[in-house]
Amino acid sequence: MSLLALAGVTAGYGAFTALWDVALRVERGEAVAVVGPNGSGKTTLLRVISGMLPVRGGTLTFDGAALTGRPAHEVVAHGIAHVPEGRRLFPNLTVADNLKMGAYLPRARTRYRETLERVFGLFPVLAERQLQRAGSLSGGEQQMLALGRALMSRPRLILLDEPSMGLAPVMVLRLFDLIRRVREEGYTILVVEQNVRQVLKLVDRAYLLEVGRIKMEGRAAELAEQDFVRKAYVGL
Amino acid sequence: MIDPIFLAEAAVNGILLGGILALLALGLNLIFGVIDIVWIAYVDLVMLCMYLVYFLVQVYGWPVWAGGLASLAFGALLGVAVHLLIISPILGSAPVNQLLATGGLLFFLQSFATFLWTTDHRSVRLSLPSFEVAGIFLPLTRVIPFAISILALIALYVFLTRTFVGTAIRAVSQDREAMSLMGANPQWIYVVTSAVGGLMAGLAGTLLIFQYSVHPFFGGQFGPLTFMICVLGGLGNMVGAFVASFIMSEIISIAGVVWSTEMGYVIAFVVFIVMIFARPGGILARRG
Amino acid sequence: MVGRALGGALVVLLAVVPALPMAGMKQYVLHVMIQILIWAFIGGAWSLMGRFGLVSLGHGAFLGLGAYATVLLWNFYGLSPWLGGVVAVLLTAGLAAVVAYPCSRFQVVGHYFGLVTLAVGEVIRLLIVAERNWTGGSLGVSLKPAGGDSVVAVQFADKRVFYYAALALWLAGLWVWVRVDRSMARSAMEAIGEDETAAASIGIHVTRFKIGITVLSAALTAVGGVAYAQYIAYVNPDTLAGIGVSLRIVFAVVLGGMYAMAGPTVGTALTIALSEYLRIAFGLRLIGMAETIYGFLLIVFIIFLPAGIYGSLRELIRRRRPTPVVA
Repeated sequence: MSLLALAGVTAGYGAFTALWDVALRVERGEAVAVVGPNGSGKTTLLRVISGMLPVRGGTLTFDGAALTGRPAHEVVAHGIAHVPEGRRLFPNLTVADNLKMGAYLPRARTRYRETLERVFGLFPVLAERQLQRAGSLSGGEQQMLALGRALMSRPRLILLDEPSMGLAPVMVLRLFDLIRRVREEGYTILVVEQNVRQVLKLVDRAYLLEVGRIKMEGRAAELAEQDFVRKAYVGL
Repeated sequence: MIDPIFLAEAAVNGILLGGILALLALGLNLIFGVIDIVWIAYVDLVMLCMYLVYFLVQVYGWPVWAGGLASLAFGALLGVAVHLLIISPILGSAPVNQLLATGGLLFFLQSFATFLWTTDHRSVRLSLPSFEVAGIFLPLTRVIPFAISILALIALYVFLTRTFVGTAIRAVSQDREAMSLMGANPQWIYVVTSAVGGLMAGLAGTLLIFQYSVHPFFGGQFGPLTFMICVLGGLGNMVGAFVASFIMSEIISIAGVVWSTEMGYVIAFVVFIVMIFARPGGILARRG
Repeated sequence: MVGRALGGALVVLLAVVPALPMAGMKQYVLHVMIQILIWAFIGGAWSLMGRFGLVSLGHGAFLGLGAYATVLLWNFYGLSPWLGGVVAVLLTAGLAAVVAYPCSRFQVVGHYFGLVTLAVGEVIRLLIVAERNWTGGSLGVSLKPAGGDSVVAVQFADKRVFYYAALALWLAGLWVWVRVDRSMARSAMEAIGEDETAAASIGIHVTRFKIGITVLSAALTAVGGVAYAQYIAYVNPDTLAGIGVSLRIVFAVVLGGMYAMAGPTVGTALTIALSEYLRIAFGLRLIGMAETIYGFLLIVFIIFLPAGIYGSLRELIRRRRPTPVVA
């Protein structure tokens, strides 16, 4: 049984439908990417999975449990952590407080210290800047904090929305290295990215989402070979 | 000319009053910062708590500390009740409707109090000594409430910065959606915030009943002042509200001694209008 | 077409009310109707701001300034309320501009704006109470009698004169409402209401519009205050300034329906009728109970009928009619 399975998911905003009949799965321990051009619905997809946006049709199961229509705070309790687009850190809270909030769930709170040590181990710069206001961190540091905060909830699946957005190319490489390390810790990852080249190097499988529909899916290596993928999205 | 001792005394009294005003302003700000709704009837909740303490202590002879605790509990309960019964149903409504709902509560509370207890002023008589410092008379009935209010404000600060729930409350006021991604049910956070706001109203009520008499339209006395302080400090800005509380209380106190109590209020309010013109974001807001 | 015919019929009906036989109740009926007309006018003035998202909870300031200015100028200087009214309008326009300017420039909107106006309303009330030497404080002040009917002093023994004057005022208010509704200002204000930055980017002078509509609303409210003061011949800071009266105005408009021309009138008629009914039902027994029920009903209405009565009716009608399918 897949860890995460979407079937026939349709969702949108008001009169506008952003996702049509999306089917997707993520297996335990996998790293999966969803790529596609701007406005294809990638962010909507993640918002639907984490419960920030209700579905209009279709089903969503996580580890056997039906999560369709559950609100965000319940979805998180099941073990899905979502690092949203733009990171959505709490700007006036310190790095330490942001991480603390990541461990808000009761099951995470009891092992808070232990998880915090692990996160500091992965991201030593966060330990250095513990007492700094999150809003004053650099882009790369903020992304690390957002990732660290997600780890604090001891999730089973991590959703990453455009992690490379707004980062300098050097930072992007460092970031993907970090994501790789997180993956090596055993986390299952679903990442949505515009930087197709980099993300396909990181993941096992990928889906191509265009105008709200899954157009293609396959192993990352295969998709990387696709001509139109290389021509259309490389360098963006 | 006014005897400088009177001025000094007024200044000190201003500080003593400021502590309690800060409780009111911060309670209101806390709720607004998290839930985005102004409880126009906030000071009327204080009024109810004042009545409770009056009845418990003056009429039924409870000890003061017990009456105070009851007021805290009652305040917290009121806060939760207001949120669940009135605020929750209108969370998604237009601002005008939200303001009218709490405005309607103001009408309701003031008239219900009139119906229950008439417009008679009631106060709790406590004979406590005053002590003199450098020629200034400091009645304990003012000093003790001030001390308690400062302790409460410190407790609030610790709660908001050091506890999980308190930090979550601050987080929600910065980004509600992100906090729900951390597993926090926003509705629950709202209830806790309302309880804390109500608790502060309960505390303010206890501290005020020993200095001022209560009547159904008490809200008309302290309400506008609280609103003014909140706006002056920048709505939602806790530090600003704290500072503004003392600024306002100083103006009222000193002007009250130089001219009259009413003129004191008037001057404070005129200062407020001027500040609105110069710095609508509040005194601590950045320009532009 | 139907609307216009109905409207016309209503006006005609209103015009003949003073001539109808009413079994000795006429003075009371006229009294209530005059109040409804004047307050509906004031409500309409408020709705000019309210419908564009500028929720003022301090219109009592403009009412009070207007009413007290004219009454005091007449009492102390014998200045005719016609001229006093002009002074009132200028004063309130000035106050409105002073408050609206920074609020517009610094994007003070929604709850924040409501709070600012609330505070301003209370300032005026407390100012009136503080200056009790010449304003009479919380006891209020009566209009000095002109000794008989006088157009110059706007004092008449016969309620019917006030009735027709109020009717004319009410109609004038509706006319202003329609003019604002049809003007460029309306589209501009709606654009501002939707998205200020976008509106500003296409050249809509956001600040100017906001200040303009606020000043207009304030000025008209002042006129309403003057009218009320002349009719009742007595002013009091609690009935004409402060949170109480400000909230009542807003309630009436929102209950009736903020976006329709008839909304303020419908709402005012209903709230005054309700208030009168409760006052008569409870009379002097159970002091405070009438107001308590009033407050309770208002809360209930706001929660369950957010679009107001007019708005809800419109929704109901719209749902009954089959909606055309867009291909």
